[in-house]
Amino acid sequence: MVIQIAIVSGKGGTGKTTLSGALAELFENVVIADCDVDAPNLHLLLNPSVIEEYEYHGGRKAHVTPEKCDGCAICAQHCRFDAISLVNERAEIDEYACEGCGVCKLVCPKDAIVLHETLSGMFFVSKTHVGPMVHARLKPGEENSGKLVAEVRKKALDIAEKRKYPVVLIDGAPGIGCPAISTVTGVTYALVVAEPTNSGIHDLMRIVEMLRHLRRDFGVVVNRSTLDLPNTTKIHEYCRSEDVEIIGEIPHDPLVMRATEEGKSVMIYKESAAAEAIKKIHRVLMKKFNLD
Amino acid sequence: MNYSFEEKVHIPKPRVNNDVCVKCGECSEICQFGAINVFKNGVMIFKSLCHGCGACALICPVNAIKEIPEDMGIVKRGDARCGSLKVGMGYLNVGEPSGVVLIKRLKKWMSDEDDVVILDAPPGTSCPVVETLRNTDFALIVAENSPFGLHDLKMVLEMVDEMNIKRGLILNKHTDTYEGVEKYAVDNGIPILMRIPFDMEIASLYSRGILFASRYPQWKAEFERMFSTLGEMTGWLSR
Repeated sequence: MVIQIAIVSGKGGTGKTTLSGALAELFENVVIADCDVDAPNLHLLLNPSVIEEYEYHGGRKAHVTPEKCDGCAICAQHCRFDAISLVNERAEIDEYACEGCGVCKLVCPKDAIVLHETLSGMFFVSKTHVGPMVHARLKPGEENSGKLVAEVRKKALDIAEKRKYPVVLIDGAPGIGCPAISTVTGVTYALVVAEPTNSGIHDLMRIVEMLRHLRRDFGVVVNRSTLDLPNTTKIHEYCRSEDVEIIGEIPHDPLVMRATEEGKSVMIYKESAAAEAIKKIHRVLMKKFNLD
Repeated sequence: MNYSFEEKVHIPKPRVNNDVCVKCGECSEICQFGAINVFKNGVMIFKSLCHGCGACALICPVNAIKEIPEDMGIVKRGDARCGSLKVGMGYLNVGEPSGVVLIKRLKKWMSDEDDVVILDAPPGTSCPVVETLRNTDFALIVAENSPFGLHDLKMVLEMVDEMNIKRGLILNKHTDTYEGVEKYAVDNGIPILMRIPFDMEIASLYSRGILFASRYPQWKAEFERMFSTLGEMTGWLSR
């Protein structure tokens, strides 16, 4: 069975991609999936060359045929998403608000509304120096990013199974909404990257709640742990009281920033304290899933 | 924060009366989100996929579907420590996929106020971000000074420009070693309204939940200056 490890966090900017990129360097025979489809960044560290390209259709949008519309506004009354307004006595759809449910089409007495498939994004299979990578790009403002995340994960799992690779490493979407839920659904393990800040601790609690709700096995990594030692202690206390395992701590290290600015993983810096800590985390994971 | 008012937010989700249902399957067919499956013995509803649009109840030929409002989160409103500031916040129930409805509810409150409203958006470019941006007068984009920040900035700009919203930039965690973001902004005519340096003291204050502007008078002045620039750019100062 393929081990699927998802790197997640309750808030953005905690260091998911940094950790994912570094772990990708350490695992052998790994497939990488960038599931942060709203703001993918992992390709900036792994420099993939695209081999296959797929269109992603996330859903539909309503369109009005103006010649048929008589401006009765029945559609606008029924739309639950405030997506329809009357402009010059014709219904007009706000594409950003439309969720493509089709209620307007259903109630229109003049048959003036059609639902169109929309191209919501693309996803790619690529080659990198650490192994195959699946990544995507959602068109800004598109809905249903959870569904695209599921597509990316399915493709990555397919590749791993075909090549008999033991690990899929998933760089997740932040938060607890649909792309985050889709990132962790069915994974073997979730690695939560927490930051020792007041807001970071708050968001850690939220994602722990989500992972419990979805019954996932998970552990916590404290990133930039030396930035605020009292808050790092608070994370330890919280994890102890909630019986959550802390997998490792990554100290604040300016080399992480330097490597990122160079578009490289921090692992290129042998002397880096962060790289050393990530190696330890990698060993814990190897042991946990009998990958030695 | 002192929240004086709290409201539960609901979305209607279908419930099927199996005694009335004739298992015709029309609800399942009309549902664009794959949230309804009809079997010989009954109907199964996947509530986490349901958007609460009401199509199933509308199409059901025998009126077997009733919509029941279900809790999806709360919105709160109150006054911040300093008194004159009104603050609202939304809190999504864990397991609920989208906070768009909460954002709509909050914005409706805010539109009752005739004052300046500041909306703190989620990160990225997904639907909650779009909902936050809809009908706003200005998008203040915060970009981190790194290749990650530059990439995400380009995505955000694509969205903001397509929505036709005026915009400006704050460079956060700014250092002199990386120039990509700054160069992009200058080349594309995006006004830079502030540069906040990468600074351990600022980071440490933030980690403890302290506004750095409240500790440094020069930064407080910087924010005030930016606020009036925004006033000029959006035109509310002259209203």
